[in-house]
Amino acid sequence: MSSALRVAAPIAAFAALFALAPLAVASDAWLNFIVLALFGALMAQSWNVLAGFGGQFSFGHAVFFGTGAYAMAVLQVRFGVNAWVALPVALASGAAVGVFIGALTFRYGLRGSYFALATLAFAEIFRILANTFQFTGAGAGLQIPLTKSPATLQFDARAGYLYVALAFVVAGLAVAGWLKHSRFGAWLQAVRDNEEAAQALGVDVYRIKLGAIAISGATMAAAGAFYVQYLHYIDPALAYGPHYSVEALVGALVGGVGTVWGPVVGAFALHLLSDLTRNAFGDVPGVNLMIYGALLVLIVMFAPRGLAGLLAALAARLRGSK
Amino acid sequence: MLELSILWPSIANGLATGAIYALVALGLTLIYGVLHIINFAHGAALMVALYGVQLLFTRFGVDPYAAIVVLVPAMFGFGYVLQRFVIARASHGKDENILLVTLGIAIVLENLALVLFTADTRTIETRWSLATIDIAGAFIAVPKAVAFVGALAAAAILLALMARTDLGRAIRALARQRHGAKLVGIDVEHVFAMSFGIGLACLGAAACFLLPAYYVNPTVGNGFVLVAFTIVVLGGMGSFAGALVGGLLIGVVESVSGLYLGESLGQIGIFVIFLLVLMFRPTGLFGSKA
Repeated sequence: MSSALRVAAPIAAFAALFALAPLAVASDAWLNFIVLALFGALMAQSWNVLAGFGGQFSFGHAVFFGTGAYAMAVLQVRFGVNAWVALPVALASGAAVGVFIGALTFRYGLRGSYFALATLAFAEIFRILANTFQFTGAGAGLQIPLTKSPATLQFDARAGYLYVALAFVVAGLAVAGWLKHSRFGAWLQAVRDNEEAAQALGVDVYRIKLGAIAISGATMAAAGAFYVQYLHYIDPALAYGPHYSVEALVGALVGGVGTVWGPVVGAFALHLLSDLTRNAFGDVPGVNLMIYGALLVLIVMFAPRGLAGLLAALAARLRGSK
Repeated sequence: MLELSILWPSIANGLATGAIYALVALGLTLIYGVLHIINFAHGAALMVALYGVQLLFTRFGVDPYAAIVVLVPAMFGFGYVLQRFVIARASHGKDENILLVTLGIAIVLENLALVLFTADTRTIETRWSLATIDIAGAFIAVPKAVAFVGALAAAAILLALMARTDLGRAIRALARQRHGAKLVGIDVEHVFAMSFGIGLACLGAAACFLLPAYYVNPTVGNGFVLVAFTIVVLGGMGSFAGALVGGLLIGVVESVSGLYLGESLGQIGIFVIFLLVLMFRPTGLFGSKA
């Protein structure tokens, strides 16, 4: 019980702190910053569930992002479904695509680099399909009607979006905390650390991996659904292009994979950095991702455990020197 | 059913593109075979080489085919430095790390190109850009025909290098037995970097043959990355013969499926082949390793 409390207390504190943000922060630009950082944290947490806890590195995480976004947009635009009803469907489609990809790749034993490349190929296939069919708006994309009414999951003020994003991030943190302390999480981490050993000890490796990719897919789809509600528009390149695959991956790696808080730390650090560079270089397209790429190389070279690992090492040193 | 008079030109064009694919895939399979790493930055490196050819032509009027003498050594040096000073240091002995680092390099190169050259697609126009020749009833653009012959010649040089020289012997020894190679006095780090350099040098040559019949923009490498991986997986990881045959085969499949399915959906054929081969025959057509 006390271990559950140790996980829940910081998450509750985090939720309370950011719930107060709209009251304390008047600047619209800063609220937007917080919303986008939370959005990044959600994607990074999704990648972290599959790669950090499960050891399955995805290079095409946009496949889930785009599926959530398109489910949200298509249901509203083509079928007139209310956004609050569409949202759980979007999450479920993300999980379903996860299970579909997982069933095809894990059953045939794709691991490591091969799994990474396979996810990338799936993202490309989905992008081409979304680009081809009129149903998804083809190359022109889909625009959802602007209502700015909470009844359709749209808000006049940024605070509304902040609360939605915050709710998802808190749910993501709870999932990560659960993975750290539950039996399923222990199985998943055993699969990550040594698949053969886990199998020999009776862990149903295939089903554990399927569970992880379903959770990860639903989480990433939530980010995609949020994107559509926040920016009211989606097209194939935004949905299934490499940008969000990269942001999810770099955010998690910078923060520290396989930890509960790493993705949140990483996403906020990334967004701070990209804001600083935007101030320094202006809005030149490409600068942002260039820095993400360089950061990725540097992190893997010098701090493979991410910022969370650096902080832990620092704390250990301080304690040791006392 | 389509008539042979439509099918044959499509196949001939596919063979020409396939020869370039084969050259790109040879570089990739060499790097994989020796270093056992998947070079995700392969497409981005090809993009860099294509910009090199384009700039040499527009700024200095260097003929793309003459640019080979600049591009091949330049790409070799780039690859050597990249492997020796960046990739080797970042691996910490884990395959995923190498994949992540090469992904990072690809992102940096791609977006650097976006910052420097904008997203515009560029082509070059030489005197013979629009010339065609008649090959058994199919009119093929001259740059494509040159690309076919040139890419196969470059592949032949690479294979001779691997079979006949001391460097080639060292590379093959290292691919087979890392510790054994070290014991007989092979400088492992140096030969690794040489292999990576040669892998990228293939891209230098490929870019020179490719650009007159193709285009360049910052994301042009993305298409080639998956195609090259498909070929390498199809041919068997590390197999030179597999890369050659696989390259030509994929070129034809792409061209013919484009004919039947249209440009946009035609691309899917390659990704589907890629996934199917990964799932059902991960050792490829020529591979022996599990």
